[in-house]
Amino acid sequence: MAEPRIVVMGGSAGAIEALLEILPALPAGYPLPVLVVVHLPGGQQSMLAEVLGARTPLAVIEAEDKARATPGTVHVAPPDYHLLVEADGTLALSVDAPVHHSRPAIDPLLESAADAYAEGVVGVVLSGASADGAAGLAAVRRAGGLAIVQDPATAWSPHMPEAALREADPQLVLAPAAIRAYLVSLGGTEVRR
Amino acid sequence: MITQDVDLEIRLLLEAIFEKYHYDFRRYGGASMKRRLVRAAGRFGCRTISALQERVLHEPTVFPQLLEDLTIQVSDLFRDPSYFRAVRERVVPILATYPSVKLWIAGCATGEEVYSYAILLREEGLLERTIIYATDIHPPALARAEAGVFALERMPAFSENYQRAGGKASLSDHYVTGYGGAAFDRSLRARVVFADHSLATDEVFAEVQMVSCRNVLIYFDRALQDRALRLFADALCPMGFLGLGSRETVRFSAEARRFTEFDRSERIYRRA
Ligand SMILES: C[S@@+](CC[C@H](N)C(=O)[O-])C[C@H]1O[C@@H](n2cnc3c(N)ncnc32)[C@H](O)[C@@H]1O
Repeated sequence: MAEPRIVVMGGSAGAIEALLEILPALPAGYPLPVLVVVHLPGGQQSMLAEVLGARTPLAVIEAEDKARATPGTVHVAPPDYHLLVEADGTLALSVDAPVHHSRPAIDPLLESAADAYAEGVVGVVLSGASADGAAGLAAVRRAGGLAIVQDPATAWSPHMPEAALREADPQLVLAPAAIRAYLVSLGGTEVRR
Repeated sequence: MITQDVDLEIRLLLEAIFEKYHYDFRRYGGASMKRRLVRAAGRFGCRTISALQERVLHEPTVFPQLLEDLTIQVSDLFRDPSYFRAVRERVVPILATYPSVKLWIAGCATGEEVYSYAILLREEGLLERTIIYATDIHPPALARAEAGVFALERMPAFSENYQRAGGKASLSDHYVTGYGGAAFDRSLRARVVFADHSLATDEVFAEVQMVSCRNVLIYFDRALQDRALRLFADALCPMGFLGLGSRETVRFSAEARRFTEFDRSERIYRRA
């Protein structure tokens, strides 16, 4: 039963709504870093940290290159950069080609987290309208991490969760409220998987 | 793709590339490098990174293609307009107090950043007093930068950036069109020296008043970032300017104390 060490989440259409149901419940002092990628059209991308931060006890900041993935902090991918995490726990940004037509994309984040943290990763794929995230979540699963998919029935746009269900064989398929409860429980005294 | 031992194979490949071709990618950020190499291996039809190494070493056409993958040539004219506006409004007036100005654009890719500066400096009346050193490790990119021809369909976005960056006229005043391309005025590059220079292996070559190195440091690991920032600090005159990409910072570097913040949000620093 590996200790979870990092939470990585991604989505596109409908993901903000899901995140607003999940993140505000994470208490200040939450013991894990949370990394988030949401595809948004150009201008809106830069609002993401603000929108989430206004409703969340945790600090929500745009990821900076070489910053440390910090417990109790939500790091969101900035507009036009992929967000990855290195084996030493620092964040990395890249302007490599878009993945699934998107930059930032979810696959690079999830795949790099799987590489860096192996079974310590909790990966979450939320509502969204492309197949981004499925390959990344499959990598999390292969590395022994925990793969969670938002129940497509609860997703504003089920395409992304459905693709992840097909490709990644996740352990948990949950509505946002249940994802919230689960992530909160990871921060509790008895961390249970 | 067989992924067992892939980290080991990547180390060996990068060592082989360094020994044979003298390109040093050994201290680039691991996560992005791995993604790029795994994808490149797929594209070359290789099941392992070792198989890719075999081809890199023995087939002369493979390394140039791989170099294309490893040096991401993405750029725009006046990328991040607010950055160039800050340079125009806050940095240029200070540069103008020097009798002559040297500007080093490190990692200039295919030249978009070079023409952005040249246009800006011309409009501010400083270009004739400036020498721009435009450096990169990718010779084909440098050749394209020197040619200064960009696809016509990119021009509307570039024009919008130019305006938002405080452009004083119309971007089209600076280029002529033909053959589906926009060719920038050759006088813009009369003051530009294009040169092959690696932040990983080469040294300082001149004293400069400003370094612009945008979206290059994000490729590097901490140690290599420290090296590059040391080169910049050594190259800059006291109080000289350093401009980074919009998500880059000197803060996490061992060289941080050699710089002070000048424009926090635009990532412009001065040598302490
Ligand atoms: C993403 S482009 C940045 C282009 C431009 N500066 C901009 O911000 O739009 C990165 C460039 O860095 C160059 N580069 C990579 N490694 C380098 C090194 N060791 N020394 C100098 N340039 C390097 C690449 O060849 C590529 O042209």
